[in-house]
Formats: sequence, structure tokens, C-alpha cells
Amino acid sequence: MNAQVTPLRTIAESRLASDYESARATMPGHAGVASLRDGAFAAFMHAGLPNRRVEAWHYTDLRQAMRDALPVAGVPAATAILAQGARLETLAPRVEGVDSVRIVLVDGYYIPALSDVARMPEGVTLHSLTDVLEQGDEQLIEALSGPGLGAGDSTLALNAAFMQGGVLLDVAAGAQVATPVEIVTMTTNDVAQALYVRSLVRLGAGSKLTLIETDASDAEVAEQRNGALVVQAGDDAVLDHVFMPAQLPARSTQVAHMLVTMGARSDLASFTLARGGGLLRRQAFLRFDGEHARGAFAGSTLLKGRDHSDTTLVVEHVAPHCESREYFKFVLDGEATGVFQGKVIVAPGAQKTDGKMKSQAILLSDGASMNNKPELEIFADDVVCGHGATVAQLDENQIFYAQSRGIPRPQVEAMLLEAFVDEATDHVRHEGLRDLLTARIGVWMANRSAA
Amino acid sequence: MLEIKNLHAEIDGKKILNGLNLTVADGEVAAIMGPNGSGKSTLSYVISGREGYEVTDGEVLLDGVNLLNLDASERAAQGVFLAFQYPLEIPGVTTMTFLKASLNATRKGRGEPELSTPEFMKRVRAAADRLGVPQDMLRRALNVGFSGGEKKRMEILQMALLEPKFGILDETDSGLDIDALRIVSEGVNALRSPHRGFLVITHYQRLLDYIVPDKVHVLSKGQIVKTGGKELALELEKTGYGEFVGEAA
Ligand SMILES: Nc1ncnc2c1ncn2[C@@H]1O[C@H](COP(=O)(O)OP(=O)(O)O)[C@@H](O)[C@H]1O
Ligand SMILES: [Mg+2]
Repeated sequence: MNAQVTPLRTIAESRLASDYESARATMPGHAGVASLRDGAFAAFMHAGLPNRRVEAWHYTDLRQAMRDALPVAGVPAATAILAQGARLETLAPRVEGVDSVRIVLVDGYYIPALSDVARMPEGVTLHSLTDVLEQGDEQLIEALSGPGLGAGDSTLALNAAFMQGGVLLDVAAGAQVATPVEIVTMTTNDVAQALYVRSLVRLGAGSKLTLIETDASDAEVAEQRNGALVVQAGDDAVLDHVFMPAQLPARSTQVAHMLVTMGARSDLASFTLARGGGLLRRQAFLRFDGEHARGAFAGSTLLKGRDHSDTTLVVEHVAPHCESREYFKFVLDGEATGVFQGKVIVAPGAQKTDGKMKSQAILLSDGASMNNKPELEIFADDVVCGHGATVAQLDENQIFYAQSRGIPRPQVEAMLLEAFVDEATDHVRHEGLRDLLTARIGVWMANRSAA
Repeated sequence: MLEIKNLHAEIDGKKILNGLNLTVADGEVAAIMGPNGSGKSTLSYVISGREGYEVTDGEVLLDGVNLLNLDASERAAQGVFLAFQYPLEIPGVTTMTFLKASLNATRKGRGEPELSTPEFMKRVRAAADRLGVPQDMLRRALNVGFSGGEKKRMEILQMALLEPKFGILDETDSGLDIDALRIVSEGVNALRSPHRGFLVITHYQRLLDYIVPDKVHVLSKGQIVKTGGKELALELEKTGYGEFVGEAA
């Protein structure tokens, strides 16, 4: 028999292939972008959707979760934009203490009419990703690809192939931007769709920015999101970043990439509050290119029901004398699954590296599970690196003690859990944002108690 | 009035309380003395509603209300308060926050309105002053890094705030030096009232010099084996518990 070798494709992969074929000609982008897309898509098809056999995705089987690929969201119609605008203040009310300027994306596309364009702080310039792709500036496109970061990850390649929405945010050298810049995502939620968004933030030397990524969608149909935030931190730049991924309906999938390069003495503090909603894979790749830089990732993940949330971090110390920190809390109820994977790579020249990671989980039910995988790959001899991971339950003695003081059990649990996750929130340097996060955590706790 | 009738309780299949009978009238301070392992702490836990104990027979009534059907927070709302032998540390929760949650929840459970913040602060400050608890301790995480004496004072402070109908003190004297013992005892004595009963659990007679009981009960192997006045405590101090350890079934 003539054995013909056809790679076995899932329904979702086949659909992605045909979608790519038909979208190829119309997606925004100069010739250089088109070839970048083609290369990325070929890489994606070669690897396919990640599954348990892909080591970095062992605990998050995206192929299994993506039964089919949803149609890629197109540019929203003017009427849809108007409708979203009318709902913006309801879905994303302005928060006291966080006086942000907003960049609103609808279905991933930057909508100036809904954004605070006129209020953009001095030193910040904003462009839509579509324009960036159309102009095809080589250097920009190169930067947008996050060179050398996340290589081999097929979901990142898929994002590069389909990327349409998003923005380019440039912060001028030396600009000290006091007002937080907030990227708000909304979706026109009547159809099941997929969003492929990529944004690039370039921090000039010595600049300072607070960047917030929030979501104001209230979709009731499952979505598939694949978003990437690329950050270039120049020498001495400071970035405070808070990410609150969407709480999507069950059966949704969300892959949120962050690709960061750090210049000398630059400083990043990034915080993620994940509150479940289908499957979430948050993956960050950070590389220290300059000496004496500091990068800290912290976050809290609160899950119930059948939520699945994965935090995967790869930190590469190329330059010496840099400090990396990872500090994550997980609260898992119901049948939820949490994943923490932290990899710290110390290149041969990266002496005096100081890298620490810590993951702590509390399981609230027998059905919940936590998977921890810390990894150190150290090729330099003069370094301090460490990791710790714990999985525990609430302490019944503490619960009884507080109950005996009149506090009902659900309230006791919320109190103990909030104290547990507060230790992560404390890493957020912006006070208003810290309060906002604490309030959102409180809401999650209250909903859990009420359920 | 607290009434315990023929109480049988076990944990992990091990019988600890074996038909215990005890009545404490309003306004009465009853001391429970007994050798280590006789079931004193178990009795305090079964009254206050700790999970894990199986009550196989008997009743515990406070003013006629059957406590055994209620969980620990509901019993607190009914007026039960247990000062722990080993108070728990609650990292990340400031003492003030805990006290407020506790007082408001208790008041809610009793159908009373929440206190305004100024009124709450006033009461906490007053109680803290009486017990020699420095104000800065109230801003620290509850019991975290507190000395043994500080923890016991904090227990009495909470009892003073919550104004229970019935207070149980489990070995409140353990780990206290003589000054702390005096302050804590004064705190307890200040709470004595014709409407409030106490069960004072102790291994040693010393505490009863400061909190003078109306009655002394001897617990051995999960039963009250002897009852007397305050002089019984002195007697036990001389003779020890040998007599009881040997004879009970
Ligand atoms: N969780 C438990 N499981 C099994 N046995 C227990 C448990 N808790 C207490 N006990 C036993 O019950 C008995 C009474 O303990 P306890 O009430 O603490 O005594 P006391 O306070 O009088 O010293 C002891 O023999 C003790 O070992
Ligand atoms: Mg004891």
C-alpha cells in the first residue's frame, strides 16, 4: 500500500488553515508583514495547537480545549461601535483613585472615537496597529515581533499570523507619565469570535509609565482570544503594569502573551489578577539585556467551577547584575485547575543574578487541583536563585477560632483568603490600583460565599 | 443558665466525654479542674461548636436553647465565648479588623445594629486600656508574634467586647507570669455579673486565688467525679489528682 503521510489536523487546526488562506490577502500589512505572517503561520501549522505532549503546555491542553476555531473578528461596524460607546461607562466605570486615560479596543481594534485621545499625556504617542502594519516600518515590525522571545511557541506564532487589532504606544525618553494609561477591551458580543490582538509599548530611556489592561466585555457566548503585549523598556525606564484578563464565558480560551526586553537599570513591576472564565494561559517572556535591571511579576489567580488558569513565565538573565521576582497566589475552588510554571534561565555571562520565584496555592475543595513547575537553568556560577511552591488548605483551627468569635464561616473564609492574596497585591506600587484590585478580589470572594 | 446533661462525645472514634452532667447558673463561676487528658479542652470545644467531635448522646442547653444544633458562629451569637488555651495566629488580618468583623457579626447574629466606627473604636480603646493592651498591638496582625501573655490578654479583651452570656476560659493561666495573671483575672472579674456564667478550666489552683469560683468540679475520664466549694481546689492542690486518675471507669 502506498502510505501517504498526511499530518493529522484537528478540526480547529484545519479551520485555522482555511481561515488564514482566505484572510491572507485582506489582512493589514505591507509586504514585509505579509511574509512575517506567512512564516509565522507555517511555524504554527508545523507545530499545531499545543497539547499535553508539548512540555511547556503539559498542564494546559489547548488543542483539547479548542474543539473548533472561531471566526476571526473583523473591524466592527460603526453602529456596533456606537452601541459599545453607550455601554462603556456602565461596563467599565471610572474608578476613583485611578484617574486613567483610556484606549478603547472593540473586538481588538483601536477606536479613537471611544478613547481619551485628547487627554493623552505629554510624551505619549499612540498609533493603531493597523497603521503600523500598513506602513511596514522595518524596525517597528521587528520590534513588534518581540525578537528572540517566546520562540517556538505555536500560539505566539498564531498571534503573529493573524494579528490585526492593537496599538503602538511610544513613551518619549525622559517622560514621567503620572496618569495611568489604560487599554480597555470590549467585544461586540452577539457572535462567537476570535480576537488576535498585538500591542507594542516602547519606553524611551528614563521614561516612566503605568499601564493597565482591563476588560469591559460581557459576552455570553464563548470567545477565543490570543493577545500579545510587547514591551521594550529602554535604559532606566520604569513600567508599572496591571493586567486584569477578561472573565470569559465557559468554554472560552484566552492566551495572553507578554514579551519584554529590559534595558540597563530598567524596572518592571507587573501584576495579573486572573478571576477565571474558561481557560486562560498567561505567558510572559522577559529578557534582561542591560545590567542592573529589575523585573517583578506578581499576581493572584482566583478560580471556581471548571476554570482553568495557567501562569507561565520564562525569565532570561542575559546581562549580569539583574534581579527577577515572581510571586503568585492561587485560590482554587470547585473543579478548578491552577498552573504555575516559572523558568529562570541564567546565561553564562549573567553573574550576580538574583532570581526568586514563589507560588502559593490554597485549595478549597477536593476537586480543585494545582500544578507547580519551577525550573532553574543556571549557566553562571555566581548567582542567587531560588524557588518555593506550596499547596495547602485553609487552616480549620483558624476557621474555628474566628467562628467562635461570631464570624460566620463564609465570611471567615473570605477574610483568610483575602489576607492570603493581599500579600501578592502588596507588590502593586500604585495605591489607587492596589485598592482597585483589593476591591475586585473582595467582589470575587463575596460571589463565592454567596454561591 | 448552662445545662449539660449526660454528654457523651468522641473524636476519631475515641470516647472522651462519658456522660457528663453539669449545670452553671447565671452569675455563677464554676471551675473545672482535672488531670491532663481528662477532657477539659474537649468539653470547651464541644460546648463552643468545634467540628470533628461526635456527640453520641446528651444535651447542651444555654438558657434552654440546644446549642448542639448550631455551628460555632451561631453559638457565639447565642452568647457562648471560649477563651482559647492556645489562641490562634491570624496572619494578614489586623487585630482591629478582626475585632470589628467579630463584634459586628456577633451583634448581627443577636439582632443588634452594627456599631458606628467611632463607637467601636471607643469600646476597643477602653477595653484595651483596662487590660494594659497597647494601642499599637491593635494594628498588628492578630496574635502574630504576640507573647503568651499578650495572647491571653487579647482573649479577655475580645470577651469584654463581645459581652457573652457565658464565658469559658480554657487554661487562661497557662504561660502567664504573676503580673499578667493578675491583669487577666481582673479583666475577668470585671465581667462577672448576675447575668453571666463562667466555666473556668484550669489544671492548677493558682488561678482560683484570683478568680474565686462559686463551685469547683473535678473532671476525670470525661465525667464530673466530684463537686465542692472553692476549698476543694485547695484540697486538690495538696493531694493531687491521683485519687481520681485511679478510680474512674
Ligand atoms: N483530635 C483528637 N484525636 C484523638 N484524641 C484526642 C484528640 N483531641 C484530644 N484527644 C484526646 O482526648 C483526651 C482529652 O483531651 P483534652 O480534652 O485535650 O484534655 P485536657 O484538656 O483535660 O488536658 C486526651 O486523651 C487526648 O489525647
Ligand atoms: Mg486542655
